[in-house]
Amino acid sequence: MTHTFIAYVEDMPGVLTRVASLFRRLNINIHSLTVGHSERPGLSRITIVCEASAEAGHRIRASLYKLENVVDVDDIAQAPSVTRELALIKVAATPKNRSQIFELAEVFRARIVDLAPESLMIEMTGVESKIEGLIQVLNEGEDRILEICRSGKMTMRRGHHTSRVLRAMGAAAEDNAESGTEPPENLEAGAAVEPQ
Amino acid sequence: MASRTKPHTSDAHLTTPTRLTGAEIIWATLVGEGVTDVFGYPGGAILPAYDALRKFPIHHTLVRHEQGAAHMADGYARASGKVGVAIATSGPGATNLITGIATAMLDSIPIVCITGNVSSKILGTDAFQEVDITGITLPVTKHNFLVNRAEDIAPALRHAFQIARSGRPGPVLVDITKDAQQASAIFDFAAAKPRPYRPHPMLKVEPSGLAHAAELIRDAKRPVILAGHGVMESGAMEQVRTLAERAQIPVALTLLGLGSFPASHPLNLGMMGMHGEAWVNHAIQEADLLIACGMRFDDRVTGSTSTYALKAKKIHIEVDPAEINKNIKVDVALVGDLRAVLEDLLPLVATRDGSAWLKTIDASKGAVAVRDIKNLPDSGHLYAAHVMHDLWRITGGDAIVATDVGQHQMWEAQYFHHEQPRTLITSGGLGTMGFALPAAIGAKTACPDKEVWVIAGDGGFQMTAAELSTIVQEGLNINIAIINNGYLGMVRQWQEFFYERNYEATPLVSPDFVKLADAHGICGRAVHSRAELADAVAEARSHNGPFLLNFMVEKEDAVYPMIPAGSALHEMIRRPGKSPIVESADDKL
Repeated sequence: MTHTFIAYVEDMPGVLTRVASLFRRLNINIHSLTVGHSERPGLSRITIVCEASAEAGHRIRASLYKLENVVDVDDIAQAPSVTRELALIKVAATPKNRSQIFELAEVFRARIVDLAPESLMIEMTGVESKIEGLIQVLNEGEDRILEICRSGKMTMRRGHHTSRVLRAMGAAAEDNAESGTEPPENLEAGAAVEPQ
Repeated sequence: MASRTKPHTSDAHLTTPTRLTGAEIIWATLVGEGVTDVFGYPGGAILPAYDALRKFPIHHTLVRHEQGAAHMADGYARASGKVGVAIATSGPGATNLITGIATAMLDSIPIVCITGNVSSKILGTDAFQEVDITGITLPVTKHNFLVNRAEDIAPALRHAFQIARSGRPGPVLVDITKDAQQASAIFDFAAAKPRPYRPHPMLKVEPSGLAHAAELIRDAKRPVILAGHGVMESGAMEQVRTLAERAQIPVALTLLGLGSFPASHPLNLGMMGMHGEAWVNHAIQEADLLIACGMRFDDRVTGSTSTYALKAKKIHIEVDPAEINKNIKVDVALVGDLRAVLEDLLPLVATRDGSAWLKTIDASKGAVAVRDIKNLPDSGHLYAAHVMHDLWRITGGDAIVATDVGQHQMWEAQYFHHEQPRTLITSGGLGTMGFALPAAIGAKTACPDKEVWVIAGDGGFQMTAAELSTIVQEGLNINIAIINNGYLGMVRQWQEFFYERNYEATPLVSPDFVKLADAHGICGRAVHSRAELADAVAEARSHNGPFLLNFMVEKEDAVYPMIPAGSALHEMIRRPGKSPIVESADDKL
């Protein structure tokens, strides 16, 4: 199954290697990895997506906690959460076929962020499937994709469950049942808009 | 013991912040952490530290190879329960430590290794003797530090000690650049204190879990306690014993658990696993409840996991959450310090009658019992089992024994009966040949008043034999027993059983070990028959100084029983019928 781990780590040299090395040692391939500052000073937030057996989740989380620089770990698993990915896509486009791509971008709620005589750049945020949808449509059309840059998944639990609350609650990740109120339906729908 | 007392500098720097060089801060911090002995080897990048050593009340043992330094720190830690310290220079000095660090990692031994590195200005330039030792040791340390400022040395070292000894212990490496050692900083021992220790957030001992465990114990008909190294690390010997006695539960031990429960105790079954006696493994396979205390269901104790103790419910009491359900799925996990968990559990456990189950185990012992080998007629051959048995008998089982890895290690585990914790020092997880001699030096340094024996094979002994000089230089009274069969015995045994006796690369030519000892100024004696054994051991023990005994044992003896790797625990290769050491089922006692 797909696991999504959120790790708060000390923002210092070598910490990413320690985290990545753990997955290497367990022979688990990391699908995506994003790192950035968090709401807590001095701590970075890492989102790691990987494929591993359901039972492996516990051991990975426990092993992450054994790393001295790891402060908090959450295994999102199947808990209600919001996941987003950012993609920049550069497409070969001339003045002749630009408008067609503009339309496409609008349908996907993507933005054109750069325009050059022979190319344009699309910025898009969304769930993985939505980004893949756009890429597929671009590939199927006559437009030529020149470059793709994807950020990897970022995930946050729905509701109030910030890592601090989770820590206070102790049991946290094992207990997805009590992960807060379900989002209003329209919000959910809005988040999952698929153009096709 | 040359120059054990050194000029003390005032201890004022431990209480009053003082400006010191980085090199001085290293030693001052070690003194503050209670370190009295270190094992090391100097070199360019660590020279500033060595230059400052004379000012501090720390004894330095010069090793002959840095692997020895790490093993000595390890043996020191295993024998004393304190943190062992090894020191090496950059580059090859640091890489030579790695086998010793990995040995400590696999067996959860608290050691701190300090390495010098090239100056921070040239880090990453492939400078002379530069190596990325924090990168290299990342998977075999609990944590490591790269320090390139004098003011960071004390906090890093203090943090290293905290990490090494807390939770599930393990090795920590602190790599200190040469310019950090040469620079100066205000040394404030108290201010360098690490942040409070954070227990693993997934430790979990719930009242419901304790109640469930107590219920399982109450209702079990055929329970077995599995006692591992964690019993010693947690200091839970009394608690395990109370549990066993109160509920009348037999205790099986892992290799590293030997000594944590007295061998002579009527409830002690002995060592479990690959070379455990048949009744121990049968008891585990037949059990309806296993209470695993500070052990990790290593593949050497489970055999095939798909056939392991299928009839048993399992309670796992363990300090490392990552070990829960890793190899064997358990019914109740009590994740915490073993001693604390047992103290919470014991009030819930009532006395129990275990006689029927104990009788069943006793009956299974009868069929395969190891004959009391001291009563065996002397057939003229010398068997390693005899050596172990007689060493045990003559030393009264009180000695600290450091073993190497291989057949002799398993024979020692079978025939030398350990009553006390920290009396068997052996590399279990990594199985490091060459471990015994340096580990014994560490143990003797930690416990100078204890009798210390090295038991090593002719193969493993040669891997670190250079440390004989260290024994002499340090004036250590260590006795050495070489179990010499002219083969890499355990590998030969595998070739015999599983590779059609194709003895490829296992016959071994060795020097005359007695002459080798003599060249070092160590007395020695070869022993060819059992008749000479007791006298030789007595001579070694009464000799003032180290002594080497070269036991010329039966060449193609094998360790029985044996569970082939990956087989079920009950599918063992038993002793051949007419073994001169052990009776078969139809022999009369």
